[in-house]
Amino acid sequence: MSSVLYDTPGPRAKRRNVIFSVIFFALLALFAWWVWQTMDEKDQLTSALWKPFIEAEAWTTYLLPGLANTLKAAALAMVIALPLGAVFGIARLSDHRWVRGVAGTVVEFFRSIPVLLLMLFANELYANSTGVSSEDRPLYAVVTGLVLYNASVLAEVVRAGILSLPRGQTEAAYAIGLRKSQTMSSILLPQAVTAMLPAIVSQLVVIVKDTALGGVMIGFTELLNSRGTLAANYANVIPSFIVVAAMFILLNFILTSFASWLERYLRRSKRSTGAVLGVHDVDDLNAAEVGGGFGSGASA
Amino acid sequence: MFDFLEGYDVLGAFWMTVKLTALSAVGSLIWGTLLAGMRVSPVPLMRGFATVYVNIVRNIPLTVIILFSSLGLADVFGMTLGAEDFAVQGFRLAVLGLVAYTAAFVCEAIRSGINTVPMGQAEAARAIGLSFSQTLTLIVLPQAFRSVIGPLANVLIALTKNTTVAAAIGVAEAAYLMKTMIENEAQTLLIGAVFAFGFVVLTLPTGLILGWLSKRLAVKR
Repeated sequence: MSSVLYDTPGPRAKRRNVIFSVIFFALLALFAWWVWQTMDEKDQLTSALWKPFIEAEAWTTYLLPGLANTLKAAALAMVIALPLGAVFGIARLSDHRWVRGVAGTVVEFFRSIPVLLLMLFANELYANSTGVSSEDRPLYAVVTGLVLYNASVLAEVVRAGILSLPRGQTEAAYAIGLRKSQTMSSILLPQAVTAMLPAIVSQLVVIVKDTALGGVMIGFTELLNSRGTLAANYANVIPSFIVVAAMFILLNFILTSFASWLERYLRRSKRSTGAVLGVHDVDDLNAAEVGGGFGSGASA
Repeated sequence: MFDFLEGYDVLGAFWMTVKLTALSAVGSLIWGTLLAGMRVSPVPLMRGFATVYVNIVRNIPLTVIILFSSLGLADVFGMTLGAEDFAVQGFRLAVLGLVAYTAAFVCEAIRSGINTVPMGQAEAARAIGLSFSQTLTLIVLPQAFRSVIGPLANVLIALTKNTTVAAAIGVAEAAYLMKTMIENEAQTLLIGAVFAFGFVVLTLPTGLILGWLSKRLAVKR
């Protein structure tokens, strides 16, 4: 157990580590005790507040429909944003300066604007100038906001996926007489999609988290919004927050684990070119160049 | 054309966004560095705590955290954070939520920076007899910090955009004002353009300056 910072501990270092562990454990225990005490003081531990969660009604009426809406919005946003992102990602690699310029501007613009602003704007636009019923409008607005933002992030992922392929792939394609569009559609893009699968799956986490914005700001009945109705019904603010947060954590943890597994699997498999865009590469990409310095996995 | 701007304090709202960003940035840099220190420390319990914290907080939507700080911490537990009136309290709670959330990303950025320092550097430092703290402060951290300016810039830009979530608990920043304005005025497109422009102005220089700086300061290997 050695790292950049410390060597494998000897007897003195081991003793010191034990002392640090004890002190840190005491601090953690103190904090936990204080949290427990405060919750007890405010009557947040009484079984009546937690009971709804072991009965079916709270789940079937509030939490599961909320979760279904969250997943629906996230899935829709992903399905629409991916092809859109692919188009813009490829456009940014175009040989024509004006195509590159337009695509680059669009991508950078939507990446530098908060998703919430896009959602609010879309919501108002649908209300004023389209026939979307007020029932569907929140879903439409949330998906629109998510698509605009994530398509531009995915455009960068696609671009990086294509650039990560070995040059020989393009050269070989040209050598056997394929045209530029054929090279892109039958050689580069299929491989790039495989290479960037892990990055795409981890982008799903960002999308799932961002759906919660629609719940608070434009009344989309997703998981967080359903929590409000549930808490109003059972008067259990703290327990409802804990349960909903746990659901988000579990869902996103599954997605993150899947992405990491996919990354390892793709790196191992012999059929690929060895180019794999990892889970964390999306952030690194943004750091890679000055013009592309916007947005990251840290989005809400 | 821009008559609709009269009667609204757009600059004031963006100033609130800037204040939220600046305070949260400082707070999350401190808390994030502490977390990163724990994540790479030789004490397993500290490593475990920081790992669990980062993985839990990263997977909760910021909206849930901010809303909890208002509905949970303030309303149920009565934590006012020393604020006298509602507006100040909302602001402080938003900063608290933003710091708790952003620190997880700062921690990951700094940790990745420490990982970029080659093992041989630390081995050499130990070989010439430097102590742990000397290795850390003279050899590892100076190189690590220079290599994480880029990732940290991204975290800062994301933070700037994330401050809009504070609108959910009524902090009068840019997104909150935009919501009010598009509900009251007919100029949806123009209002959207004004606020979009505001955020481009806030995030573009950050990206350019810090991007330039990270290129200049990066340790060439």
